[in-house]
Amino acid sequence: MIEIRDIKKNFGTQQVLKGISATFDNGKCNLIIGKSGSGKTVTLKCMVGLFEPDEGNIFYDGRNITEMNFHARKDIRREIGMLFQGTALFDSLTVEENVQFPLDMFTNQTEAEKKERVNFCLGRVNLPNTNKKYPGELSGGMKKRVGIARAIVMNPKYLFCDEPNSGLDPKTAIVIDHLIKEITEEYNITTVVNTHDMNSVMGIGDKVVFLHEGLKYWEGNKDEIMQITDGELFDFIFASDFLKDLRRNAKY
Amino acid sequence: MVKFFEQLGGYLILMRQAFAKPEKARMYWNETFRQAKDIGVGSLPIIAIVSTFIGGVSAVQFAYQFRSISLVPMWWIGSIVRKGMILELAPTVSALLLAGKVGSNIASELGTMRISEQIDAYEIMGVNTPAYLIGPKIAASVVVVPMLVVIAVVLGILGGWGAGLLGNFFSTTEYFRGVQDGFDGYDVFIMLVKAVLFGFTLSSISCYKGFTVQGGAVEIGKSSTQAVVLSSIVMMIVNFFVAFLLL
Repeated sequence: MIEIRDIKKNFGTQQVLKGISATFDNGKCNLIIGKSGSGKTVTLKCMVGLFEPDEGNIFYDGRNITEMNFHARKDIRREIGMLFQGTALFDSLTVEENVQFPLDMFTNQTEAEKKERVNFCLGRVNLPNTNKKYPGELSGGMKKRVGIARAIVMNPKYLFCDEPNSGLDPKTAIVIDHLIKEITEEYNITTVVNTHDMNSVMGIGDKVVFLHEGLKYWEGNKDEIMQITDGELFDFIFASDFLKDLRRNAKY
Repeated sequence: MVKFFEQLGGYLILMRQAFAKPEKARMYWNETFRQAKDIGVGSLPIIAIVSTFIGGVSAVQFAYQFRSISLVPMWWIGSIVRKGMILELAPTVSALLLAGKVGSNIASELGTMRISEQIDAYEIMGVNTPAYLIGPKIAASVVVVPMLVVIAVVLGILGGWGAGLLGNFFSTTEYFRGVQDGFDGYDVFIMLVKAVLFGFTLSSISCYKGFTVQGGAVEIGKSSTQAVVLSSIVMMIVNFFVAFLLL
């Protein structure tokens, strides 16, 4: 479980996070949703340690990462896998080298063991026979899958996904969502997904945290979210008049 | 002024991080070797072409001036070309060329990695990114730039010989008598000191400029230009102090 307590973050005079507290459960897909500029990405980057929060604490199964020194924090990071919005695959490396990189850097496995693990992970994300391709030769959906394979290659305890569906067509986006959900349940990972895609919310949202203007506005699950009838969250979910009318006429 | 000291402080902190203990020495060694190959092999053609012609032009210019002073023997040209190439032309011109080619390449590569979150991806994995991405580039540069400078000296001297023969200014025997006459190993020492300092300067400044980019494509372009301009200026200052202190 990951817990964030009263996280605040400023950039210059702009207060981006104004004190966010939330818990993200083990073995579940925990979604952070909100409009652009609501503080989703900053929250996620604070959680993984790419940004230092100005105030507040972040606990990984009781371990306070904000009070850790550089080396202790590096150990926690080896338990983290992350899928970036733009995938952040290393351009100069092949698919196989990208996925194998953490194994090369942090394990003493033999070459055969590493290859076996890489092939297993690429197979798990349905990407066999792409080992020797470069990221530039892959489609957006394939890149995301390589990103997931790289994120899980070290058997992480925590998986972070920043806008996993951005730039994907709706069908591929659902495939990626289901993959994240399956991996979360299969390996009992604490997964935190940053998204503003309502298909994701309704598809994999075991727990949903809605941020608005740097504050936690609402927390619940995908079933509870459909009970919302007004306010910022309603406007966010049913952004178009068409959807608003559809919701008002629905039997909830 | 405040910004200058902020940048200087940021540069020094980054350099300290860049030489931290590696997570896995073999990975760093492989990366250093790859960088050395990129910098060395990739830069060899331009260094070879430019240094050969600089040697040739030096020989032609001195021959032109010596012809009007009949008291100066033509074999001196070999000596002057050698001394000029070793002490100044090979290290300085090579370093400026490398600042343009390698420096801008390093800055734009790291800048692109920063903007596309590749550096963040390394950090999330627990990699010490300055040590892995910057350390090998500087180490490779410090080793490879002196090698390139030595090659530039040899080709410059040969370029002078070729130009002299082409213009019929001197014979081969005369030229190489000059090349060997009064050779001082201390000149080579100064050349190597310059080359090592230039290698460090151009790679470290370019790494700093690329690694700290914020923004998008426009900022990457700017940082690349700044890397070339700033490293060229700093190298000329270093060049002056090396000459001033060691000659």
